[in-house]
Amino acid sequence: MIGARNVKPSTDGKRKTRNDMILAAVLLLVAAASFLLWHFSRAEGESVTVKVGGTETAVYPLSEDREVEIIGGEDNEYRNVVVIRDGKVSVSEANCPDGICVKTRSASRAGESIVCLPHKLVIEVTGEKSEPGLDMTA
Amino acid sequence: MKNSKITRVAQLGLFTAVALILSYVESLLPPIWAAVPGIKVGLPNIIIILILYKAGFKAAAAVSLIRVSIVALLFGSVMTLAYSLAGAILSLTLMALCKRFDLFSTVGVSIVGGVSHNLGQILVAIGLFESVQIGYYMIVLAFTGTVAGIFIGLAGSLLLKRLEKFRF
Repeated sequence: MIGARNVKPSTDGKRKTRNDMILAAVLLLVAAASFLLWHFSRAEGESVTVKVGGTETAVYPLSEDREVEIIGGEDNEYRNVVVIRDGKVSVSEANCPDGICVKTRSASRAGESIVCLPHKLVIEVTGEKSEPGLDMTA
Repeated sequence: MKNSKITRVAQLGLFTAVALILSYVESLLPPIWAAVPGIKVGLPNIIIILILYKAGFKAAAAVSLIRVSIVALLFGSVMTLAYSLAGAILSLTLMALCKRFDLFSTVGVSIVGGVSHNLGQILVAIGLFESVQIGYYMIVLAFTGTVAGIFIGLAGSLLLKRLEKFRF
């Protein structure tokens, strides 16, 4: 920063553009590195945890096929249907406005999750190795 | 003097309306990748950057907060207000700091704005859901936020150049 005021506008612009590029490169590299770390460190999931509004409501083994209807909300107006099949969990039906949870691809590895923001619902796949990976989010 | 103040309020109101329209246009765009919620181009940020550079932090904060509140009233809920407010406050604060220390051009400022907007929302989601796992979305969002920030920053610098003679 020292001496920055003395430089000509054109050099100042170049300095800023260079800083822009460094910023973009650092962010993209950090994202790519975290993605690779996450991708190669996660283990196959063991169980499915259902959380509604931050409270854990149910845990199911990922190995058994099943279909569960999850009702939430103050007047039981929220409805999501969670399907566990072939070691994968997905949401098959939901009455939320955006339907993002239904479009989310099925989750099978520890650390993967399906989220329904309007219904405050999180479906998490957990496994033995799910805890050590958490510090990567920092 | 009084007149210039009235003009300023009217101008900021006008740009708030433009930002609102951009929010609406953005809500019409199909989701880029449905599996990860929160991926956005951030069109309204063009206006926020314009005002931050032209009229300063206070004016940009006013426009941003009014935009977020109206969007939540019109298209969203109390929930979306919490997410948007967190994103808007964090991103505007960091953008203003970057501009204050004169580190980046509008492109860098806009990248900081885009990524921190996502970060604010993810932090609220982690708090609301009490689940750290949601943080994994930030990996994707850091990437898309950077790319979106580059384009919004370029658009912002073009707009600033075109409106060089415009004064608040």
